[in-house]
Amino acid sequence: MPEQVKTEKVKYNRMGQRIVSPDYLLFEAPRTKHFITGSEAVKEAAKRASVDASISYPITPQSEAAHMLGELWREGYIGVYFRGESEFGVMSEVAGCAMAGARTITTTSGPGTLRAMELFPMWAGSRLPIQLVLMARGINSPLSIQPDNLEIYFLLDTGCMVWHAETAQELFDMIIAGFVVAEQPDVHVPIITAIDGFFISHTREAVYLPPQDIALPPYDPYKAPMPPIDMEMPPGRFMRDPFVMKSNYISYATHASWQFEVRAAIERSRPYAKHYLRGLVEHFGDPEGEILFIASGTAAAQAKEATQILIHEEGIKARVLRIKTIRPFPTEEVREAVKGAKYIFIPEFNVIGWLEREVKRALYGYTDIPIFGTPRVGGGMTMPPEFIVQEVLRIIGKEVKHVG
Amino acid sequence: MAKLGPAGYSPYPVSVVEGVLTPPPGKALMFNEIVDEEVAMREAAKAMLTRENPTIFPGPQVLYAWNEEAKRKAKFVRKMAEVLGAKIIPMYDYRPKYPKIDPEKEINPNHPNLTIWHNKIKACIFIGVHCHYANVALKIIRAETDCFTIAMCSMAGHEDAMITLRDQHSEDLEKFIRIAEEVKRELGK
Repeated sequence: MPEQVKTEKVKYNRMGQRIVSPDYLLFEAPRTKHFITGSEAVKEAAKRASVDASISYPITPQSEAAHMLGELWREGYIGVYFRGESEFGVMSEVAGCAMAGARTITTTSGPGTLRAMELFPMWAGSRLPIQLVLMARGINSPLSIQPDNLEIYFLLDTGCMVWHAETAQELFDMIIAGFVVAEQPDVHVPIITAIDGFFISHTREAVYLPPQDIALPPYDPYKAPMPPIDMEMPPGRFMRDPFVMKSNYISYATHASWQFEVRAAIERSRPYAKHYLRGLVEHFGDPEGEILFIASGTAAAQAKEATQILIHEEGIKARVLRIKTIRPFPTEEVREAVKGAKYIFIPEFNVIGWLEREVKRALYGYTDIPIFGTPRVGGGMTMPPEFIVQEVLRIIGKEVKHVG
Repeated sequence: MAKLGPAGYSPYPVSVVEGVLTPPPGKALMFNEIVDEEVAMREAAKAMLTRENPTIFPGPQVLYAWNEEAKRKAKFVRKMAEVLGAKIIPMYDYRPKYPKIDPEKEINPNHPNLTIWHNKIKACIFIGVHCHYANVALKIIRAETDCFTIAMCSMAGHEDAMITLRDQHSEDLEKFIRIAEEVKRELGK
């Protein structure tokens, strides 16, 4: 009997890229070093994500990323691409694409986010796993086109998952992981991958990329928790003749249950996000640090630099807990991390301190450690590590040697 | 899910609030415990064989012959109903249409408790219902009734059911029927 030849079924996507598992693409494939911007990282991630549709509208600082997604369409990596009429139009149109079973990505920033605001809870309530890359720049008024991440706060309770990347490298990985987690049948809600605009979108850094001839498996809409688009079924039906319009107890109960279900879906993302992001948080610095910074995005990068100064120049034990996922919020991880800390500092690039609110909510009744929402900058102000160190030394009553 | 309803609405009967998530692959969720699938299948069968008015609620994914697997599953659902002595009330249509629904003939995911209340159903199986609608319905049922809910899901399962069995394909339904027959004999039924 002749020896059987072992064959392997290899699959390819529309562009001819070889389909590989998410684990292989994210963790196992060989990577090469590239010196690229955050906007280019968006393009490189979408290129490897078997994206079906992308719709764009220009607004600083995400315009370049949106433009590059258009280039991917021209090159054949994205199936459908066009410019919408406005951010409201864009977010409506990507919803249509997703309802029809397409893997969909779009980008926006600052006031564009608020212009489209009505659509984000609609995406979530319709269980559409759309990916929005948010390049934060703050909101009006007064008009700002500077680094500021105030708009992230507005998105926290829309029913979307919200992840906050620190670097272009992490943005690249989060975009790919974002599709995988968002499309899990028991999750299946939108994913917002946020960065701090300009700091990440417009600066170059070393980003390690897997080969461009491999890509994620295509989206399978038959695993969606709702049936495909049909105007006689939700979402069409519940938008056109919604049960919430019925003034009776059971309609209210249905709407409440529906909203809870969307939030429950975000909670179900935890194990998947833990796997694909290698944890919902990152620990940095001296594990016994009495000074604990809790931060996300580029504020965490600055806190890491401040931690190095505190440890090596001031002889103060310090550490950083970097939050990767704002929704779901890593409550247990935060509670565990504060053990041993004497002071908690939460540096932020916005004037309201939305991360401070989140952390305080997670720790309410759990610890007496003092929490300081500082330093807090906005409107484009920078946050040098020396400034963070100065604030820490002032608050803990040490001599301030650094000049902010 | 920790216990039977009615749990009321304050706090809302959502098991993720208590930290209960869907079971990992290869396992089942029984109340708030991760258990072997066979253990959960035995308890599910026992609930259906001992509680009043056991009912199976099949959804579109087994009611419509949209693929061969659906056809196979539909046959097993009928067999399951025979073994368990259960009624079948379909959930074929997700459109909100209160008050036109006839709760004896169909169950609507947006107001499932009309059916449960009206028929005094104390144990039920959801099968072939799209995940979102199963989850919405299961929360309402637990809030307002003491119905023992069982979810047989072809995907990741439903943590708001008292028992959830995940990745349930036709061979798993066959296994459940065998276990139900055993439990039935043990109960002397």
